[in-house]
Amino acid sequence: MYQGIRISGFGGQGVISAGYLLAQAGMMEGREVSFFPAYGAEMRGGTANCSVVVASEEVTTPIVLQPDTVIVLNEPSLAKFEPMVKPGGLLIINTSLVNSKPTRTDIKILNVPCNEIASELGNAKVMNMVAMGAFAQATGAITIDGIAKALPKVYKKLKPEVIELNVKALKRGAEYKVN
Amino acid sequence: MAEKKLMKGNEALSEGAIRAGCRFFAGYPITPQNEVPEYMSWRLPQVGGAFVQAESEVSAINMVYGAGATGVRCMTSSSSPGISLKQEGISYAAGADLPIFIGNIMRGGPGLGNIAGAQGDYWQATRGGGHGDYRCFVMAPNSVTELANFPHKCYEVSFKYRLPSMVLADGILGQMMEPVEFTTPEVDPKTLTEPAWALGINNGRAKRIVKSYDLKEGGVEIMVNERVQRYKAIEAAETMYEEKMLEDAEIAIVAYGISARVSVAAMKLARERGLKVGLFRPITLWPFPKARIVELSKRIKHFIAVEMSLGQMVEDVQLALNGRSEVHLYAKPGASVINAEDVCNVIEKIVKKGAKEYAAAK
Repeated sequence: MYQGIRISGFGGQGVISAGYLLAQAGMMEGREVSFFPAYGAEMRGGTANCSVVVASEEVTTPIVLQPDTVIVLNEPSLAKFEPMVKPGGLLIINTSLVNSKPTRTDIKILNVPCNEIASELGNAKVMNMVAMGAFAQATGAITIDGIAKALPKVYKKLKPEVIELNVKALKRGAEYKVN
Repeated sequence: MAEKKLMKGNEALSEGAIRAGCRFFAGYPITPQNEVPEYMSWRLPQVGGAFVQAESEVSAINMVYGAGATGVRCMTSSSSPGISLKQEGISYAAGADLPIFIGNIMRGGPGLGNIAGAQGDYWQATRGGGHGDYRCFVMAPNSVTELANFPHKCYEVSFKYRLPSMVLADGILGQMMEPVEFTTPEVDPKTLTEPAWALGINNGRAKRIVKSYDLKEGGVEIMVNERVQRYKAIEAAETMYEEKMLEDAEIAIVAYGISARVSVAAMKLARERGLKVGLFRPITLWPFPKARIVELSKRIKHFIAVEMSLGQMVEDVQLALNGRSEVHLYAKPGASVINAEDVCNVIEKIVKKGAKEYAAAK
């Protein structure tokens, strides 16, 4: 198993922290992992992206150029990252903020209205966890439980009730299936 | 085994230096190595060490020169343009036989270049960089765990042979996070004996002088020749490399650092396509593992240097082989990322179609 992942969205959507969380969860589940944030000129409101690898073998390419999975959380990310997905790979789209439709027919598409679900749960900040739940369910690279266990390691100051809310968001995301 | 911890490369390098006994750091911010001074600024005081944010790279290296002259395990770090600024100080430290430790988290160059990871400072690191006849011991990690553990080896070699040492990594390794295992023993500086040359409080002992000049006729020649003996000893005893799947290989990729990492993926792809490719990874860039490459050339016809520069390390491969095998180059300058499939395609072209355009310049 070798899952190369790109996550992309607005700075402030939790793109970088979601990637860090996936790597932490993967490591705790005994996988080989790496996390690489695009760094430098990023800012709140600009676009941010990161590469994550979760694998059962040595990680060779920490900057993922041909992702098995791409998770796009905002509109500009779709145009930038859809072409990169490996044929047969997976594209997870946050349909709450992405209006355009993907054009590829050789990849799997998973539509998830992340922001709507987060609003239903009462906290817009957990939208990235909805996407992570969908990712875990669709790929099996990581378990929902594994991500939940990693949460307090990455977000060290989170109160138990907030962690619980994040877990709820993960589970709601996991309800979405590839069309 | 201790619990694995997910760490950023820059932080692992910093913690690794502290575990190896570093108690003084001076530096100046530059992307992509900013986490090193940031980490040192809060971590060093916890272990009784001192951190100084200098007013420039030039002052930082000279502060480290001063610390090194007292025999303390010290460090400075920067990224390419900042390392250029430090060259005068590095040359002086080499001339004064000071065991200072330097981290270079390379970025795109020349000039201000960009802030992405690159490997364009190979020549600077292995050929002196500063003026005069000198060497630095240079190690090239390819993982966050190696970033964490190489400072230990650098201090060991630096103090044993009295020369500056450097960890030469890049922005990708510095910025990425990976599970880290600290495998080298923790060094308590209090347990180290004071070097016989170290400056400090003179309680009636014989006078000691640390300097890089000697105006007597033939003085510097004697100094340099004495140093050359130590360089030879380092070449004989401290050269390090790693090999993957070379046992049956007909083609060897030669790559260091992050390029070696990506080359593993290229090697696996090539094997799937029926090409007998292996990987030779120099871990010490100076001394470069020349003797082993020569040995390998007895059965390997093609050596392909893969590097994120215009082609710098390839010259060491050529120097080692001295015409014994075909040397090729896959070069990616400007902080561009190497794609494993591209490397594999190039290997295929060279081996199956006899492509000449990748032949290293002679």
